[in-house]
Amino acid sequence: MIFNYKYQGLKQTRLGFGDALVKIGENNDKIIALCADLTESLCMTNFSKKFPKRFFQIGIAESNMIGIASGLSINGYIPYTGTFANFSTSRVYDQIRQSVSYSNKNVKICASHSGISLGEDGATHQSLEDIGLMKMLPGMTVINTCDYNQTYEATIAISKYNGPVYLRFGRPEVANFTKKNSFKIGKALLLKEGKDVTIISTGHLVWESIEAANFLLKEGIDCEVINIHTIKPLDEKFILKSVLKTRCLITAEEHNYIGGLGESIAGLLSKKLPTLQYFVAVNDMFGESGKPKELMKKYKITTKDIIKKVNKIFKKKINK
Amino acid sequence: MNNIFELKNLCTQVRRDILRMIYYANSGHPGGSLGCTEFFVALYKKIMNYTSNPFKIEGKNEDVFFLSNGHISPVYYSILSRSGFFNIKELYSFRKINSRLQGHPTNHEGLPGIRISSGSLGQGMSVSIGYAISKKLNNDPYLVYSLHGDGELNEGQIWEAILYAGAKKIDNYIATIDYNKKQIDGSTDDVLPMGNLKKKFESFDWEVLEEYEGNNIEKVINILLKAKKKTKKNKPVVIILHTKMGYGVDFMYDNHIWHGKPINKEQLYKSLEKLPETIGDF
Repeated sequence: MIFNYKYQGLKQTRLGFGDALVKIGENNDKIIALCADLTESLCMTNFSKKFPKRFFQIGIAESNMIGIASGLSINGYIPYTGTFANFSTSRVYDQIRQSVSYSNKNVKICASHSGISLGEDGATHQSLEDIGLMKMLPGMTVINTCDYNQTYEATIAISKYNGPVYLRFGRPEVANFTKKNSFKIGKALLLKEGKDVTIISTGHLVWESIEAANFLLKEGIDCEVINIHTIKPLDEKFILKSVLKTRCLITAEEHNYIGGLGESIAGLLSKKLPTLQYFVAVNDMFGESGKPKELMKKYKITTKDIIKKVNKIFKKKINK
Repeated sequence: MNNIFELKNLCTQVRRDILRMIYYANSGHPGGSLGCTEFFVALYKKIMNYTSNPFKIEGKNEDVFFLSNGHISPVYYSILSRSGFFNIKELYSFRKINSRLQGHPTNHEGLPGIRISSGSLGQGMSVSIGYAISKKLNNDPYLVYSLHGDGELNEGQIWEAILYAGAKKIDNYIATIDYNKKQIDGSTDDVLPMGNLKKKFESFDWEVLEEYEGNNIEKVINILLKAKKKTKKNKPVVIILHTKMGYGVDFMYDNHIWHGKPINKEQLYKSLEKLPETIGDF
């Protein structure tokens, strides 16, 4: 049995972004960073100090930031914009649509504080629809990373990919567990092999999925855990292969169930392999203030919720 | 093209192109296109240094122009084709299926001369600033130009950009405002009065030039030359260019209803009669 991960302590995903940004800045003088007055929150401070000529403080003007990034990219620069997920997407949707996506510009839209796990700031700052918004844009690559290592590797990988990218990560400290060189744009990551139920998850829910699978293994349910970090383009082959084996799946994500990873997979399966699927996701609601863990619990996106849904779907499968 | 007589003839030809394109498509925006004809002819024939063929989207070591008010695409397409970016015959395809000449300009279909999409208003100044910064990073001495509608200044993003360009001294950049005082719903003063535009730009730390005869080719060339001299002095430069919507066609002159209205056959011939000189219609 493959267990393709190793727990390495707690670390913020956004720190992986900040560290990698410095790394690619050292190796490629075309890398530019732009920020809308959230330099510290996005962990862009080190880049701004090390490469002051390639760091642009735009002020609280996200629309202008997207436009400036787009303009920079025309001349071969690789701009990384940084702000919270909400202000990176819904606030500037038309700017991204016209000046980045439709114009096919090599802009990397990097978003921290995604989902509800940013906590106390509440619903105005919590982004539960951004994956949906971004995946609907033709030509946009959508990546939601699950830990420090993956965010680090994704930040580097997108610099080598030519085209618009939405990179989504988070605020809190979470388990760091993916192995070195395990990230490839568009390639699913198999974390644990199993035969009974497939769990496919993205972002902060990946570690919860591993925990759920380990618990369930002791209960006699052998889950396959797959991390889909690249929601678009989706690694269809890998998903179909697993679902063909298990014939049921759970998707888990810190996002509205409408528009998220689960919906993308349901769309795929309805065409190619109709399969019973349960969603662990936010149930079409806005978030609220609270501690991250309290919020995850209230909005039913925890290890326990995954376990519950796996039990339910597995029962249904064997009683068929 | 040095001769003013030739440039005037080209303006007439561009206006003929605009009217014929909009007539054949039975759709498009004649008013602003006709009003900005002198600006485009001056910019592409007298002011900017650029290579049209082969067109290089990066625009290194050449002057670069961005159209922010993308709806006046007919005048843009006409001058691009008549400056060698693509064949004049392609003007026929304007707004038709499978065309590179989309209703609003885009690089999406690979039309030479166009580096970004515009149409949804208010985005072109931010793009121009980003591009101007890239030229500074490259130590590229050439300039960046952009055009914006006055109605477009209603958009909030424009003011983010105006603030940024002034504050960060984007001084290799000349923006022009097509100040025809008209927008779709009527006069700009009726829709949303913008007060003293010159003072507004000045208070945002821009170098402001104003030209009251924006449909006089010699005056337009002169103001652009003057603007060029004002660059690289720690301030972005803006030209408030007073133009007349629908200039050159009497029944469209200074009338906002021609913002985005096509013309019928009778109107086409009536208009073309007013604009007799041709260099060669498409």
